[in-house]
Amino acid sequence: MSLSLIIKREFNAKVRNKSFIVMTFLSPLLFTAMALLVGYLASVNGDEVVKIAVHDQVGTLVKDFKNDKKTHYTDLSALPLALAKEKAAEGYEGLIYVPAVTDAKDLLHKVEYISNESPSMEFISNIEDVVNDKLTRFNLEKAGIDYKKIDEAKTDADIRLSKFSGEESLRWLNEIKIGIGFAFGYLIMMFIIIYGNMVMRSVIEEKTNRIIEIIISSVKPFQLMMGKIIGTSMAGLLQFLIWAVLGGILLFVAGNVFGLDVGATSAASPEATQAATTGMQAYLPEILNLPWGTMLLSFLIFFTGGFFLYSSIYASIGAAVDSETDSQQFLLPIILPLMLGVYVGFFTVINDPHGTVATVFSMIPLTSPIVMMMRLPFGVPLWEVALSMAILFATFFGVVWFASKIYRIGILMYGKKPTYKEIFKWLRY
Amino acid sequence: MKPILEVKNVVKQYGDYTALNSVSLSVPQGSIYGLLGPNGAGKTSLIRIINQITMPDSGEILLDGEKLAPHHVSHIGYMPEERGLYKSMKVGEQALYLAQLKGLTKKEAKEQLDYWFDKLEIKGWWNKKIQELSKGMAQKIQFVVTVLHRPKLLILDEPFSGFDPVNANLIKDEILELRDKGTTVIFSTHRMESVEDMCDHIALIHQSNKLIEGELQDVKRRYRTNTFEVGIAPENFQHLLADISTRYTTRQASFKTLDDELKLEVELPKGTPSRDLLRYLTDKGDVTYFMEKIPSVNDIFIQTVSQQK
Repeated sequence: MSLSLIIKREFNAKVRNKSFIVMTFLSPLLFTAMALLVGYLASVNGDEVVKIAVHDQVGTLVKDFKNDKKTHYTDLSALPLALAKEKAAEGYEGLIYVPAVTDAKDLLHKVEYISNESPSMEFISNIEDVVNDKLTRFNLEKAGIDYKKIDEAKTDADIRLSKFSGEESLRWLNEIKIGIGFAFGYLIMMFIIIYGNMVMRSVIEEKTNRIIEIIISSVKPFQLMMGKIIGTSMAGLLQFLIWAVLGGILLFVAGNVFGLDVGATSAASPEATQAATTGMQAYLPEILNLPWGTMLLSFLIFFTGGFFLYSSIYASIGAAVDSETDSQQFLLPIILPLMLGVYVGFFTVINDPHGTVATVFSMIPLTSPIVMMMRLPFGVPLWEVALSMAILFATFFGVVWFASKIYRIGILMYGKKPTYKEIFKWLRY
Repeated sequence: MKPILEVKNVVKQYGDYTALNSVSLSVPQGSIYGLLGPNGAGKTSLIRIINQITMPDSGEILLDGEKLAPHHVSHIGYMPEERGLYKSMKVGEQALYLAQLKGLTKKEAKEQLDYWFDKLEIKGWWNKKIQELSKGMAQKIQFVVTVLHRPKLLILDEPFSGFDPVNANLIKDEILELRDKGTTVIFSTHRMESVEDMCDHIALIHQSNKLIEGELQDVKRRYRTNTFEVGIAPENFQHLLADISTRYTTRQASFKTLDDELKLEVELPKGTPSRDLLRYLTDKGDVTYFMEKIPSVNDIFIQTVSQQK
């Protein structure tokens, strides 16, 4: 009865708050605008053609520099070198100078690229490829080997991956899986940081307003704390839902209106797109085949457990301090395990989803909601998931008990910034 | 009168500090009970225990003869010294919420709220936020939310601080009216004039101990010193002054009369009836003023507290 009243009030207080409303509806707009801007800039960047001049005294290499979408080569070999340089300095990005050599091997060291701005690594290695290619062919011909035959003899292995159960796996599936797991884990982390903070601020507000004493003369502090956490998480879920729906609609609309394929590179050649689609077609069943039921159910459970665990710590911090500025020293120990979860999870899970480090971190309750979510797409034995959840919820009840003790005493303490030592003392009251 | 609230040997310690040292009180039904004591005496600790905000380490509390339990919160109205409301919540919604937390249904809360808003002429404030109200206006709301659920026991911590004289009077009248309807009121204060004015029972807490408790008149009787304030126009001013100070302990008095006579406070030895003094005085001149000096609550307060040191 009281709990539902508190939940309702907390929810309404959050949802009716002006900054909450603004954030809820402005964020998807901003996000879409950003995505469009990035997409647009990437396409502009891709359209630019770099003009390069070539001065090849005897015409050894000039034919091998082939124009493509990004680079356009102009042969200035007819001009004397000095004049070519002058011209290149004015109208071109740079000049490739290929001197006349007696021994073809000298080409390896004598080709020069002259420009004002430092060229990109990619560009230089392109030129080197051209030179290497030319010399390799030259060497092969000298040795009497037909390079066409070599080309024919070259192979391109494509290892097929499959499980012992006979299912075929796809090469990039692991990357997709970690991507999905990471998205879940990251979502949990973001939610904890944003809404945990909101719980803390709301506790501080009640404390500085001094309404706290009136409220807890009517309800148990524990009820107030839980009501606050549940109400805030419901407001947060609503906000996430609106973001997801609005963001989806906006991206769809924007994508159609501006004709931009946001997310994919518009510069991709038709064949590449073709390959990508066939790829997608191959991956889609695999992705659909992931344990989505387990994953979504686990997400809900880990999400709730993780959020409740952390936000009860946030609430007790809010109760211990008088103002938000005083809370900083206590917040670091909260942020740290969250960050650790995301980064350790990401780097260990992608290497070995079932390795020792990944497994241990998916059991430690402060990191398990994040790391276990990352491991789940790779298939985790049910008992491990259950154990991790059990540890999480056992810790949750323990922490809530401690947190509500700190909370109960903290909310009636005014005027001084407590130290860790004092808070520890409160636990014994 | 049967007590509505009984506090029995309540002890509360915070670490090594004893906030309440086996305090017992008995608050009679329908009284206005002044809980007095200097800052830090333990008043707030006791009030918080009665409100079940904190638990006593030992001892028990009976409300209406029953051991204090969670469901009793609906019988108690509490206005803490540090007033507080949600600043950005609308007055009406806030009052409804707080009343519902005390166990009223929404409908009951609404009816009560209409009654009080009408009575205090604050109908137009329903949709205002607390931050838009002046301090005095917010205090009125604070009072309303305290009494909204018709508590049997009203606990007011420094009830008149923050009110201007007009509103203080208004609230005072409301408190008296509630008392007449059967509500018991506990005042926690160190402002003695309001105690003299309103309380019929008092208790004095000092350094975690209860020192005095009882009906106000009884307490005053206990602290009477057989001292009389005397105004006299004597035949021989100097002679009387010299003579009376050999017989009794006298002090300069400060009451007001019309003429410039001799004004004295005369303390009689214990057991000496006042008519002995009066008889003595009538021989010496015209008595214009003769009254027992009744100790004020303030005197008792200061006397007891300083004796303890």
